[in-house]
Amino acid sequence: MAVTYEQGLAFVQGFAAAIAENKAYLTQLDSEIGDADHGTNMDRGMQAVLAKVGSLEGADLSQLFKTTAMTLISTVGGASGPLYGTLFLGLGTAVTGKTELSTEDWGQALAAAVQAVRARGKAQPGDKTMIDALQPAADSLREAAQDGATLEAALATCEQAAEQGMQATIPLVARKGRASYLGERSAGHQDPGATSSWLLVRAARQAFTADT
Amino acid sequence: MKKLINRVEDVVKEELEGIVAAHSDLVRVHFAPNYVVRVDAPVSGKTALVSGGGSGHEPMHGGFVGMGMLDAACPGEVFTSPTPDQILEATKAVSGGAGVLHIVKNYTGDILNFEMAADLAKADDIEVEAVVINDDVAVQDSLYTAGRRGVGTTVLAEKICGAAAEAHASLKDVAELCRRVNANGRSMGMALTSCTVPAAGKPTFDLGEQEMEIGIGIHGEPGRERRALASADEVVEMLTRPIVEDLPFKRGDSVLAFVNGMGGTPLIELYIVYRALSRYLDGVGVKIGRKLIGPYITSLEMAGCSITLLRLDDEMTRLWDAPVNTPGLRWGV
Repeated sequence: MAVTYEQGLAFVQGFAAAIAENKAYLTQLDSEIGDADHGTNMDRGMQAVLAKVGSLEGADLSQLFKTTAMTLISTVGGASGPLYGTLFLGLGTAVTGKTELSTEDWGQALAAAVQAVRARGKAQPGDKTMIDALQPAADSLREAAQDGATLEAALATCEQAAEQGMQATIPLVARKGRASYLGERSAGHQDPGATSSWLLVRAARQAFTADT
Repeated sequence: MKKLINRVEDVVKEELEGIVAAHSDLVRVHFAPNYVVRVDAPVSGKTALVSGGGSGHEPMHGGFVGMGMLDAACPGEVFTSPTPDQILEATKAVSGGAGVLHIVKNYTGDILNFEMAADLAKADDIEVEAVVINDDVAVQDSLYTAGRRGVGTTVLAEKICGAAAEAHASLKDVAELCRRVNANGRSMGMALTSCTVPAAGKPTFDLGEQEMEIGIGIHGEPGRERRALASADEVVEMLTRPIVEDLPFKRGDSVLAFVNGMGGTPLIELYIVYRALSRYLDGVGVKIGRKLIGPYITSLEMAGCSITLLRLDDEMTRLWDAPVNTPGLRWGV
């Protein structure tokens, strides 16, 4: 089993749908420790992405992810725009020239993209950011791929790791981003960025394991 | 949510259309991407000043575009940083060949977007320097946070540096001056009520009838401490003491005292705050050399205020007094 262009497109579209569905929830989480705009901003960006990627003619996976990146960078604003833009740019760069992705390919692409996000935002695991969902997801996917897991099994492990990482942000005290201004008061709230990152990892699992 | 708007999606666009309808003698507005430039931009041979940030802080930054202050402002969505392509276009539109200074408030999103824009501008052979404003003493432990936020000093830096650029100071000198203003400015704010981001539709946080938030930021992000409501005199002391002790401001210093309204607090209260501030500073031997009172860096309809003190030197005082002609600040013209 390998990931095709159609599945890549379904992943981007599925992420947009998940953001739209959870727009109010993400904004609610952000109002607790941030500035109440994460759902709105991500939805504006992903709706713009939907309008662009549907009409890409003869594009490959790399172009698909890079178009997603550039659209997010120019429409989202805030910290999420450059960070999710960097994530998709990382994916797009990593899959250059590939028509299909093996489990290893996807694992390497996700690891490279997460590394790029860390370089841009300078967050470490445990800072209560999207990295807390993304880093465990990338790590577990790579381990599963090395252990020779099927794509289905590897993606399921990856999604589980992201979900656990997201939930593990609840007791954390934020050290990056706007929530860090709250100090101890940021503890007890789930990080909105980690939550949208879990939605991204889940969208990948759903799209890459669906029959096309 | 009760607001004087038409459609939530159109808030920023229609505000900009209003600005250009009112002030076409001072500024031009470009849409998609959105930015405001002074009417005679680009001014050849002049260091250009570009700032920007989320909307909702009016008159900052769009209201500070014009002669003697900013060359361009990039308004993002409400409380959301502008995007790199937007900042890049504004930078190109005002570049007069002497370089461009980006004045950036210290928020994660603003920093990331301005950094990406500066990289892109440099690729287009435009010399860009960035100065980050981080004057909010409410954020104490900067080792474990995103650092101190940029608040009231931003307005003062934009005025003072704008005057220097108008007198054709070099990019290097204007940037150095901006860092000096930042190094000598300190602020702290407080809120009596929350604010409501139009797209969110409900208050960002809840504050009881008998409560106030000390150390609030300008995005309605909760501050450091929630306390029982106190008198204006007591609140001024809670804000001013940490400001004075932080720099520290010393006996004999001359300061620019800036009492800022958060958007929902009337001038009658800001003058009561200024009265208490002048008495407090008198008590510690700090002289008020210049002052600014009013809503200049707001947080939508939030009620509350912030206090900024800037230690003045002769050059800063002279540049503060220089003519300025923008929708939001105007004197000497």
